Amino acid sequence: MKYAYFPGCSLHSTAKEYDLSTKEVARALGIELIEIPDWICCGATPAHITMHLLSLALPVKNLLKAKEMDSFEVVTCCAACFSRLKIANHFMQNDNKHRKNVEEIVGEPYKGEVKVRHFLDVLINVFGLKNLTERVTNKLSGLKVACYYGCLLTRPPEITQLDDLEEPHLMDDLMKVLDAEPVKWPYKTECCGASFSLTKTDIVLKLSGDILQMAHDEGAQAIVVACPLCQSNLDLRQAAIKKKYKKDFNIPILYFTQLVGLSLGIEPKKLGLDKHIVNPLPLLKERKVLVDK
Amino acid sequence: MKIGVFVCHCGTNIAGTVDVERVSQAASKFPKVKHSASYKYMCSNPGQNLVKDAIKKHKLDRIVIASCSPSLHEKTFRKCVEAAGINPYLIEMANIREHCSWVHKDREKATQKAIELTRLAVSKVSRNKPLEKTYTTIEKKVLIIGGGISGIQAAIDIAFANYPAVIVEREPSIGGRMARFDKTFPTLDCAACILTPKMVTVSQSEHVTMHTYSEIEEVSGFVGNFTVKIRKKARSVDINKCTGCGACYNKCPVKVPSEFDMGLGKRKAIYTPFPQAVPNVPVIDRENCLYFKTKKCGICKKICTVGAIDYDMKDEVIEEKFGAIIVATGFNQFDHSVYGEYGYGKHKDMITGLHFERMVNSSGPTGGKIIRPSDGKEVRDVVFIQCVGSRDEQKGLPYCSRLCCMYTAKHALLLREHNKDSQAYVFYIDIRAAGKNYEEFVKKVQDEYGAIYLRGRVSRIFEKGGKLIVRGADTLSGAQIEIKADLVVLATGLVAQKDAPSLAQMLHIPYDKNNLFTEAHPKLAPVETITSGIFLTGACQSPKDIPDTVATASAASVKALGLMVQDKLAREPLIASVNQDLCSGCLACLKACPFSAIEEDEIEDRKLRRKRTVAKVREAVCTGCGNCTAVCRMAAIDLEGFTNTQIMEEVETL
Repeated sequence: MKYAYFPGCSLHSTAKEYDLSTKEVARALGIELIEIPDWICCGATPAHITMHLLSLALPVKNLLKAKEMDSFEVVTCCAACFSRLKIANHFMQNDNKHRKNVEEIVGEPYKGEVKVRHFLDVLINVFGLKNLTERVTNKLSGLKVACYYGCLLTRPPEITQLDDLEEPHLMDDLMKVLDAEPVKWPYKTECCGASFSLTKTDIVLKLSGDILQMAHDEGAQAIVVACPLCQSNLDLRQAAIKKKYKKDFNIPILYFTQLVGLSLGIEPKKLGLDKHIVNPLPLLKERKVLVDK
Repeated sequence: MKIGVFVCHCGTNIAGTVDVERVSQAASKFPKVKHSASYKYMCSNPGQNLVKDAIKKHKLDRIVIASCSPSLHEKTFRKCVEAAGINPYLIEMANIREHCSWVHKDREKATQKAIELTRLAVSKVSRNKPLEKTYTTIEKKVLIIGGGISGIQAAIDIAFANYPAVIVEREPSIGGRMARFDKTFPTLDCAACILTPKMVTVSQSEHVTMHTYSEIEEVSGFVGNFTVKIRKKARSVDINKCTGCGACYNKCPVKVPSEFDMGLGKRKAIYTPFPQAVPNVPVIDRENCLYFKTKKCGICKKICTVGAIDYDMKDEVIEEKFGAIIVATGFNQFDHSVYGEYGYGKHKDMITGLHFERMVNSSGPTGGKIIRPSDGKEVRDVVFIQCVGSRDEQKGLPYCSRLCCMYTAKHALLLREHNKDSQAYVFYIDIRAAGKNYEEFVKKVQDEYGAIYLRGRVSRIFEKGGKLIVRGADTLSGAQIEIKADLVVLATGLVAQKDAPSLAQMLHIPYDKNNLFTEAHPKLAPVETITSGIFLTGACQSPKDIPDTVATASAASVKALGLMVQDKLAREPLIASVNQDLCSGCLACLKACPFSAIEEDEIEDRKLRRKRTVAKVREAVCTGCGNCTAVCRMAAIDLEGFTNTQIMEEVETL
């Protein structure tokens, strides 16, 4: 298994632990991830609110770089990168007018031939849950988690083609394999407030606060995510939520890759579990799922 | 041969774009044309008289009318020339309106085209042959498919005119959907109270035969002479012996969810769907019956004092002839499990309107108590969601189901009547209450019964703390709202029956992309189909409430009776025939015929001195569509009115 790896800006900065844990898990499972050299912006928010064409040309440029690596499959972890790359492919495959314009900008023909996958998809559908079960050495038994998918992973469904739109279950399936207990909860695809984090923080405090409340009410000890922005809103804003709504949730927000890493027996530090605002280590210690080394 | 050409102005419809005088003059010079004229409205009385007078004066024997489409006025002019003594099939229409003046702007070019079209018609008519209509008898009996309120009303109307009607109903009892309803809007009379007398009328009528627990297996023939095979499914109970005492189902040990009660109640393995069932004869559900599963039990047979139980009964296929068919197969409910935002139909305390009807019914499974299916507790806050499936091009139906606004209002009213402390919330897109006293009814529910109407869609429903949290938008106040509901009632849309396409194919009637049967004309022939002798009533054509269903049932009955009262039926002679000497027996025509009007035949080939297979047209079934002539490689098939010689004559004239 060999893939061109597109980390995107978050995984090189605020979501460093997502990057670390992904690479660790991939290494442990023998999935080769080769970072696309000289990759550029995926075309997310700053681009697509500026200009539609720019939001297509940027991801296409990245996909062309992947093609040069003789790789016809790109793997990404960030939900926004995943969305932009998938949407760009969709337009290149189905819209002649946009394809011509984009080809003129990037200076090369491109018909959407480089396949884009989310790392979740690779783990579950390529590596396979059955194979993964055999590799789990450190079961996360008794850890109750709420799997939170956010908005971009499943939408728009005809483009992402990843999971059920209203009731996604891929992460829940994955958690079961690790012997963690995914709770049944209704907020899997609620809005976390997304990029209002910087411009209208109040909105994020309300929306992310509601998500934390629901997870708490349904008995989750941690929330599992697959998107850097979801992670940052839910993790980073807990202090402000506590101040505004007088609710101290103290719920760790973890990437699915970190929990997979733990179950494979990888050291917490290598998975970046020390990089969170809400420290997950006390919970993981209490649940006896930390690896002693 | 003396051909007359008559060019119509159609007011300015034709004359506005085409120089009709020039067309008339040009036509007068075509070969064999003895007379030509133009007139403002050729179809009017003076116009027709002009044709008749010219026929007599100039001794014309063939006529070309250059005017509109033959589908509009060919019949008019056939009658006209017939009155003047010419065989009605010795005319041709040149369509210089729909095919010319209406679609062109350039006067010069349009006039040229009109002249050419007229020239073709003149050359074609020169090859026409006089034809005679054929006559067939009419079987004086009407088949009604479906025994809901639609079929029941049709049967009553047919029987009232002293003609025999046969109802074929696949359920064990007639009554259909209406038998499940509690009250009816907007007058709130009880559905059973107004339906049951009609069911009894039907069962007691000497003119009505009922085949319940039966299905249509095959339909052949044509208007006046349909042959229908009906499968009478094995009821396992002798309908002639059974007295309807009910001892069998009282003692039957097997309980399964009742279809009639939408799974809210139970029935036995031997059962009648509801107490007022007609016929009041039970049926054994062989899939669940212990005797059929294990060969043990047999209690019903032991207990039946008249020996009506017959475990060995087999399906019986009967064949009957009918003059007309009324299709009254009704509707199905939209399956709301496609809506992930509503929980894919997995929430226990989410029901459909039809469930609510059973629940609110005092003889229903809950004795009229409105309760939560999950824990049996009585409800307080109930959210009704309209347009579930309807008006949703993304996941549901493109159309409005027409009755949901009204039945939801009725449900909101009944909820308050049954439970004074309850509160109804209704999410809607628009209120469509177009019917007599309908708008007033909705107002009453809002004003006097305190139903809270919220204009907006529901975005998510989830369970929390034993309640269903309904989250939606109230677009009038612009607010996002959340209601903690005890029960959610979905106004699911009306859809065609699952097997509607296969029935339509059996009957050779068209159906639309929603599998609803298509009427012959949306305005002027709403209960007819393009297959003559087959009529539509009720929700199988489009969603309809009870008044509209009853009205269309009576309308379809009148159409069927219109056939019944005729002595014989004239059939157009414009049908295909096979020249069997030329036929190679490839039978491509058999596959091309959408009406099963071609059959295999065998002839003695004198040259080859052996028998060989050829095609043969079943004249009574042929509609004259021409498919067979087009596929015939040997040009062995000819269609009267459009013979190969006629077409070639036209082509050569071009």
